[in-house]
Order: sequence, then C-alpha cells, then structure tokens
Amino acid sequence: MKAFTVLDGIVAPMDRANVDTDMIIPKQFLKSIKRSGFGPNLFDELRYLDEGQPGQDNSVRPLNPDFPLNFPRYSNASILIARENFGCGSSREHAPWALEDYGFRCVIAPSFADIFFNNCFKNGVLPIVLAADKVNELFKAMYADEGFTLKIDLAAQQIVTPAGEAISFDVDSFRKHCLLNGLDDIGLTLEDADDIRIFESKWQQKSPWLFREHGV
Amino acid sequence: MAGQTLYDKLWNAHLVKERDDGTALLYIDRHLVHEVTSPQAFEGLRLAGRKPWRIGANIATPDHNVPTELVERSGGVEAIADEVSRIQVRTLDENCDEFGITEFSINDVRQGIVHVVGPEQGATLPGMTVVCGDSHTATHGALGALAHGIGTSEVEHVLATQCLIQKKSKNMLVRVDGELGAGITAKDVVLAIIGKIGTAGGTGYAIEFGGEVIRKLSMEGRMTICNMAIEGGARVGMVAVDDVTIDYVKGRPFAPNDGEWQLALEYWNTLHSDDDAVFDKTVVLNGADILPQVTWGTSPEMVLPVSGIVPSPNDYTDPAQRSGCERALQYMGLTAGQAITDIKLDRVFIGSCTNSRIEDLREAAAVVRGKTVAANVKEAMVVPGSGLVKKQAEAEGLDKIFLDAGLLWREPGCSMCLAMNADKLGAGEHCASTSNRNFEGRQGFGGRTHLVSPAMAAAAAIAGHFVDVRDWI
Repeated sequence: MKAFTVLDGIVAPMDRANVDTDMIIPKQFLKSIKRSGFGPNLFDELRYLDEGQPGQDNSVRPLNPDFPLNFPRYSNASILIARENFGCGSSREHAPWALEDYGFRCVIAPSFADIFFNNCFKNGVLPIVLAADKVNELFKAMYADEGFTLKIDLAAQQIVTPAGEAISFDVDSFRKHCLLNGLDDIGLTLEDADDIRIFESKWQQKSPWLFREHGV
Repeated sequence: MAGQTLYDKLWNAHLVKERDDGTALLYIDRHLVHEVTSPQAFEGLRLAGRKPWRIGANIATPDHNVPTELVERSGGVEAIADEVSRIQVRTLDENCDEFGITEFSINDVRQGIVHVVGPEQGATLPGMTVVCGDSHTATHGALGALAHGIGTSEVEHVLATQCLIQKKSKNMLVRVDGELGAGITAKDVVLAIIGKIGTAGGTGYAIEFGGEVIRKLSMEGRMTICNMAIEGGARVGMVAVDDVTIDYVKGRPFAPNDGEWQLALEYWNTLHSDDDAVFDKTVVLNGADILPQVTWGTSPEMVLPVSGIVPSPNDYTDPAQRSGCERALQYMGLTAGQAITDIKLDRVFIGSCTNSRIEDLREAAAVVRGKTVAANVKEAMVVPGSGLVKKQAEAEGLDKIFLDAGLLWREPGCSMCLAMNADKLGAGEHCASTSNRNFEGRQGFGGRTHLVSPAMAAAAAIAGHFVDVRDWI
C-alpha cells in the first residue's frame, strides 16, 4: 500500500448525497480479476454519455460535458469533496481502487458508509469526516476559486486551506499508523499468530462442531 | 453490571485480543467466497507466499456472474458466453483447487447465491462469526450469528489470519411490535424500517431485529430482514436464536452431528439479548401500520406504501433531500403526484439473496397461479436462489405455475439483482424487483428499479402495473 503523509492537491466536487459504490464503479467492471486499471471507469455512468464495457478504449467515448470531473479546472484533482453517506451500498473494494487509480487520495464528506470507509484505509486513500457545515464551506470556497487546493497533513491531522485556515480532523490511531507507513496489516496481525492459536484451541474445545471437516 | 446484547455476546465470544490502540482482533468462524471479490485476495496470498490459516473455514460458490439461461448454463464454466465473466468464474475454480477450498461449482446442485447456500447447507450457524466479500452477508445474522460484509483486502486478511481487525459497533434494537396484516411480508417490514431510519440510519451500529413480528417470522423471512440491514446503513443485522432457528438448522449437512448437537444447543440457547441489556438506540414500529411497500426513487429509503403518491421536491425542506428527489424523479421518469399504482412495468424480477428462497417462490406462485402476465410486461423472470431451492420448487410444481402464467423459470444465481450476467434492464425500463437496491444503473444502464416483495412483484407482473396484493388474496 502507498503511504499517505502530506497531500497538497486540487479539490473536485461530488455534490450529491448517498453516492453509492455502484455509481463509483458500475458492476460490469467488477469482472476484472486485477486490482488496478479501474480509474478510467470511475463514475462511468455519470462521466460518459454511453454505456461502458470492460476492455473498451475509453479515450474515444463521448464525455458528459455536465459532469464536473470532465471540467478542465478539475483535471489532476486528488481530493474529492462529497456529501452525506458517501460510498453506501455494495462492499466492492473496486470503489476505492477506482478512486485511487484515477488519482484521488483523499475524500472529505460529512459521513461515509462503514464498509467503504474501512476499504479506503486498505488502499492508501484517506476518508475524512468533517461537520456538514464545514464541508459546505469547502464546497463554496472551491466553487468560488478555480484551481482551489487543500493541503492534508495526516501526521498533524490537519487540513489547511489556501487562506491559511487549519481544520483538524479525527482519525483512528491504528489506521493512521498503517496509512502513514504504508503498512500491510496482515503482516501486523500475523505478529499475533500465537494469540490467535491459543484462542482457536480454546474455542475448538468449546465449540468442536465449528471445526469439523466436511468432505464434499 | 447491565446485561449483554446479542451483539455483545457474539463479539466477546470471538475476541482474540484487544489492542492498546482500541482495535480488536476478532476470530472468524466461517468465510464465504464468491468469484467477484476474491481473485485479488488469492493473488495477494500468492504474491506474499501465504497460505490460508484454516482451509475448512472457507466455502465458495460462483453466483454473481453465472448465466441463468438453461442452454448456456448446461455447458458449465466453459460455455459462459461473456469472456470476462467466464475468466472470473474459472479463476474461482482454479483458486479453490489450488488452495483446497470446498466449492459448490457452477452446476453442482448445491450451487447458488452465497447467502442462500450458507444457511441451506448449515454452513452458517447460530453463534458463528460469518464474513464474505459481499455487503449482504448480514443475511446470516438471521440465525443468531455475527455476520457482515468485507472488502477484498479483508478477504485476504481472513484467509491469511482467520481474524479481522475490528472496532466494536454500537447497539441498535429495531423492534417490530404487534402483528402484520394479511398479505404483508418480511420484505415490506424491512422496507418500512429503511423508510423510517433512512439509508444511513444504521451507520456505525449493529442492528438486532426483535419484537413479536420478527419472532413470528420464518427463518426465510428473518433472512430477508437481516439481508437488507446494509440498506439501512448497518453492516450487521441479527435476530436472537429461538425454536424457529433451531428447527431450521437441525439435520442440515454442515450442522453439528448427533454427538455435538446437545453441546451446541446449550450455547445457542444463550444467544439472545439479556432482559436488562442496554441499546444505544431503539427504534419501534407497529406491525399493524405496515402496508405493502414500493420504492419510487433511486435509494431504498425512497419508499412508500402502494397506496401512496410520488412525492414532489417541494415536500422536502432539506436542500440535499430536495435535489435528491428532483434527480430521482428525473432518472425514474416519474411525475410528482403520480399514484404508485399508475407506474407501468416493463419487466419483473423475482430472485436475489433477499427473496429467492422457497417461501418467496411459494408466495409469488400463489399470486400468479392460473393467471397470465400482462401484455405490456416484456419479461417476467423467476430465478431461484440455489440449485436445491430450484429442485424443491419443481417438486412442488411451482415452476409449472410460473411457466403457465408466462414467467421465465431460470437457473440459480444473482442474476438481474446486479446484472453482471446477461439478465439486465434496458434503458428507461421499469422493473418490479424483489432485490435490494434501486440505485441508478444497478439492474442495467438506465434501468428503473422498484423494490417490492415477491407477492407484490408477482401481482405487478399479472396486472402490468403496481397493485395492492392484499386485494388479490
């Protein structure tokens, strides 16, 4: 996983509530057995005017001129600001894979769906929860200022606006640690392998039926 | 000390250790695997040179991509027409072979939607922790298990360590008191719950569904309710163990054998919230107030009784809700003030992990028996949840009832719930669907989904538009 330390980037909007993971990456792209290459199909049904298919040359598809990510001012954006309940619906990790592959490393919203929120941290994407009025202010500032950027400092847990305002945010200490250092949490869990074995052996004594092997 | 909730008990029983940073290592008893969210996890294991921690904890079946049309299906994996789907299903077979994981492969009679197969086989049991790379894993909570969806990184984590790094959720009780009226089903109950709490109402919570109405539901009905916990924002939905649970589990292939049955029962009988347990939030509905539900918009919370009229953006004071309503009306091609019963249907889909079990099919068959699908409905499709559900339905003659009425009878799989296979809506088509999500494009590019119960979908297929199924029974 790519480490996340400090990000200074252009901010783009996803100005609607309840953005679901079907919208972030539609199902036909979930047939891939890879982890990469989803960026060109991020928000596919909003971004293009036709129906996308896996393996297509996306550069020749008709773009939706009304979709903000197609505006030149938001090209190269790496921070997405969004509304309530971002990432609801399907547990597909393809959603953060698509965001990351497109170039987004941070999503700021008043609230996130639980599974999506968790999946982001596994992929070097930082989801930040801010109060709804704060997010609203960011939307306003971004719309007013072409080329609006934010600086996100994970270690300091701070967002700094171009005007110099510092907004602090919460992040779980374990997730922060993993993200700052780009750590593989499977490796960390396996450091506790002895504890897992001890638990497992007690649990097996108590609930032997859970450990019965079933021939098929 | 206050008593424990069911969630507290299941959590504590599986707690390997708590770390100083507030996270916990939770032991996972059962990991269900399907073809869409697992290939990258197996690849991760290979790249890191890791092996599955406990092979026997994993059970796999392909469901999302499999064709449901008999001819294409009969040829097995290699006959899947869509090459990308074929590769994904084949990859699951190869990974299960390589790692020695039990798989109910494409034409095994035990194959089906992973959330139908687990309980049906007794592979998901009361008191288990159950995970799967699929958000509808909460279904298994109906058995008194702690079950939730995970992403692919966590699929790999569970394969490699038999654990997940978790933070405990808050406790929510959704209590449905009293009794349901005739013709009202579990699907109506869960849609009404989502209408009340909203799609983010359960975010951060584990929901226990309780009350007289839930207690009187069959296991199938309870699974329908828990299945859609995620549409209310909660990863976890569950129901306490009682005689209905025990009777359902007994005798299933993976259930405890005779020697272990008593021991299991002793534990399972403790799997309910204590009388003095404290919930962080309690929501109460009255069963008698719940009417047949139909979603009109593009989020499961955009739901109304069948007697309702499509709302206007002006009905909302919150600007986000107002613009959400406007966008939904436009996408759905509906007009504010239009009666729900005036919505004409192009297609009907009866299936999905929410509503493809035998009870659902019986309910739908009872409505269409001796009738004919309306002329304006281009296609009405019934997709059983598993090979065994299909077999049971055919033994009861349900397939014949559906076929005689002009519905299609298909092979088991996820099918048009998410349209990863060939079953999908065309742009602008309205579908009465027993599935779980009415998101834009979910059932096909530009498709318009209305979520309903199996009985309501069946009645809509016959009438060609929504009707109150209570008038038909």
